[in-house]
Amino acid sequence: MKYIFKKVLTLIITLLIVSLLAFLAFSVIPGDPTTKMLGTEATEEAKAELRAELGLDQPVFVRYINWLLSFIGGDFGTSYNYNMPVSDMLADKLPITATLTVMGFALTVVIALPLGLLAGSIKTKGADTAATAANQVVMSIPAFFIGIIICYLCGNVLKMFVPGMFVSYEESPIEFVKYLSFAALSIAIPRAAMTIKMLKGSIGSEMAKNYVITATSRGNSRSMVLIRHVFKNALVPVISFLAVSLAEIMTGAIIIEQVFTIPGIGRLLLSSISSRDFPVVLAIVVIMASWIVIVNFAADVLYQLIDPRIRIK
Amino acid sequence: MKRLIAIFLMITVLLVSMCSLSGCFGTTSENNSGDDLSSSGAKSNEIVVGIAQDPDNSLDPYKMTAAGTREVMFNVFEGLVKPDSDGNFVCAVASDYKISDDLLTYTFTLRENVVFHNGEVCDANDVLYSFKTCAATSVTSAVVTALSDITEISAEGNVITITLGSPNTDFISYVSSVYIVPDGYNEQDTKPVGTGPFKFLSRSVQENFIIVRNDEYYGDKASLEKVTYRIFEDATALFTALNSGALDLVAHLTIEQVESLTNGYNVLEGTMNLVQAIYLNNAVEPFNNELVRKALCYAVDKDAMLDLTADGHGTKVGSSMYPAFTKYFDEDLAEAYPYNPQKAKELLAQAGYPDGISFLIKVPSNYGPHVDTAVTLVEQLKASGIAAKIELVDWNTWLSEVYGERNFQATVVGFDSSILTASGMLARWETGNGKNMINYSNADFDTAFALAQSTADDAEKTKHYKRCLEILSETAANVYLQDLADFVAINPELEGYEFYPLYLIDMSKIGYKE
Repeated sequence: MKYIFKKVLTLIITLLIVSLLAFLAFSVIPGDPTTKMLGTEATEEAKAELRAELGLDQPVFVRYINWLLSFIGGDFGTSYNYNMPVSDMLADKLPITATLTVMGFALTVVIALPLGLLAGSIKTKGADTAATAANQVVMSIPAFFIGIIICYLCGNVLKMFVPGMFVSYEESPIEFVKYLSFAALSIAIPRAAMTIKMLKGSIGSEMAKNYVITATSRGNSRSMVLIRHVFKNALVPVISFLAVSLAEIMTGAIIIEQVFTIPGIGRLLLSSISSRDFPVVLAIVVIMASWIVIVNFAADVLYQLIDPRIRIK
Repeated sequence: MKRLIAIFLMITVLLVSMCSLSGCFGTTSENNSGDDLSSSGAKSNEIVVGIAQDPDNSLDPYKMTAAGTREVMFNVFEGLVKPDSDGNFVCAVASDYKISDDLLTYTFTLRENVVFHNGEVCDANDVLYSFKTCAATSVTSAVVTALSDITEISAEGNVITITLGSPNTDFISYVSSVYIVPDGYNEQDTKPVGTGPFKFLSRSVQENFIIVRNDEYYGDKASLEKVTYRIFEDATALFTALNSGALDLVAHLTIEQVESLTNGYNVLEGTMNLVQAIYLNNAVEPFNNELVRKALCYAVDKDAMLDLTADGHGTKVGSSMYPAFTKYFDEDLAEAYPYNPQKAKELLAQAGYPDGISFLIKVPSNYGPHVDTAVTLVEQLKASGIAAKIELVDWNTWLSEVYGERNFQATVVGFDSSILTASGMLARWETGNGKNMINYSNADFDTAFALAQSTADDAEKTKHYKRCLEILSETAANVYLQDLADFVAINPELEGYEFYPLYLIDMSKIGYKE
């Protein structure tokens, strides 16, 4: 109970700091949202009037407090550019990024667990070196680069999809999932490689433990021991790593959405920054920060659940 | 533990089935989603248009600032009159109009069967409301200024009479900017309602923007039932989608894109209707010296520039007017400063810079053609002993630093006109004008411009405007370059595309061939 209270407190403090930093950043960078809203022909008076209407003429701290109060009240504000509620825009975009995140995560798990088990069971030294090297290479390629390669190979050469022709869920759920799957794959590949490395290392250290010798001496085959005893124990550190991955995949989606031109919150964040659409930027930054904190919190809890030896104080 | 493994297994099964369902890892047929879309489009009489800019504005007709938004919304909103592709004004919501001989009284007869997209019938009150609202809220200052000269506006039955304080031959073009909207309707920001040949259906931020045919339209109804604008803020993605056949129409393509197009689409060539120039801050060193500005004009090889950036396409301009304004455009001005690096050096020496000059060009990074031009420019200027450096800034920074604070030496951009009048291009260069980004100040120009504004006689007026253009050229206000070529790729099954002297695409004329 005390633990949860502590975590919630951490979440609140983190969000306060993150949103304050975002606020301060916007008061430093050049560019005035009213120029975008009123265009190049607007008079200074009209701009000043609008600034006053939006409360932009007030000191940063006052603006921050005002924003905070309405945010707590559930009002995310109105987009400067689109003149529509930020919550409507997020309701439109968040599911896309969420689907991408879930798919990327699921693919990571699906690729990493069998391959990690396989890698851990390799006995020949040569094959082991080759597998480790290959894994190391894949791990070091950034997701966006894999995304570019996938766009070129699967899109331009094999014509499996048209890069840039995102299909929304309303148009066709199947095409929607299909389009996202390519982006999810490029998120999953390097992340899966990292997971494989962890799992392999973990299996290696588990294999040296006494219970393996006991199990083997009872007449179990090596692969039986691996699957029935070692795998479960080896998973423990990997699971917390995966949970952290879940947080990183969502924030990393900003870049992948750019590569695949997926209109999720990542793209919205970037365009809102360049057009100085503060309310949208703040809402997304706060959502992403909360996601990271919450997932990390969930990872801690999960860790404790799967390994009762660990007790959180 | 077992439960966890079971969950993982379930996810695996789910994912594999999901993928095999969508066929993402299996064999995928050649018929990709794009082909499906365009073929179904042919059947149901709709098209998909690729646009490079999200109409990320308020959709209120008087608050639209981005050219990209106005380009789309031209199909939704109409004024009492509207421009045609030749730059003339034709009747729209009005069925007829008369201008008194003294150019002070404009009488419009309201068309009878005009119905708004929300089903309301358009009456004289809506027109009065629209003029009032536009004058109070429009973001286009030229329109606000023109409307502020109205001394009286009244309606009698279906006749609307507007009286001006002083004669203004351009007034009718401002009337076309006053889009007629229903009285008291206050959701224009997100659910625009007008009288145009198309109705707004929906928009999804950064995804698409959809308009559908207005079947209640009083005039010739559009041929297309639905136009979906798909937003591609990434040029490569836009091109890939176009070349795959997933889009039916894309405008504002570059020459490189046109040359790499392999899908058999028709390519039409027009102009962008803007004046691209190296805009020089006439108030700061070294460009406060006219000799230096002239030297710079001689140091730029405009023909080579067109060759390098657009394979020779585009039209050279010599002053702040683009060729579509046939009445005012003077092509001789484009030849006023032939390429001559020697002369440039001499002028610089005369101006007190025998060792040449160096300066900084701020260019908005999101406009490819302007960046290309700036890069070519830096190379060309070297021959005349001028060292220029490029600083790329994002659009918002450009707006605030260059346009707003005028904190720059030189910049490469294009200026267009949101209204079909010469003053739309020239008013900004008046001394002290709020939009006079280059701090241009010339008494002769101001006089000529004021004369043009106050003259009622059209020929006389044109003469004064032309004089303004000459003065801009003579004083080398800026290094005028070109009106960029505008390429449009269109599905060969479609016809009816027309270039306008304004930045817009008229969807009501486009249709599938019989």
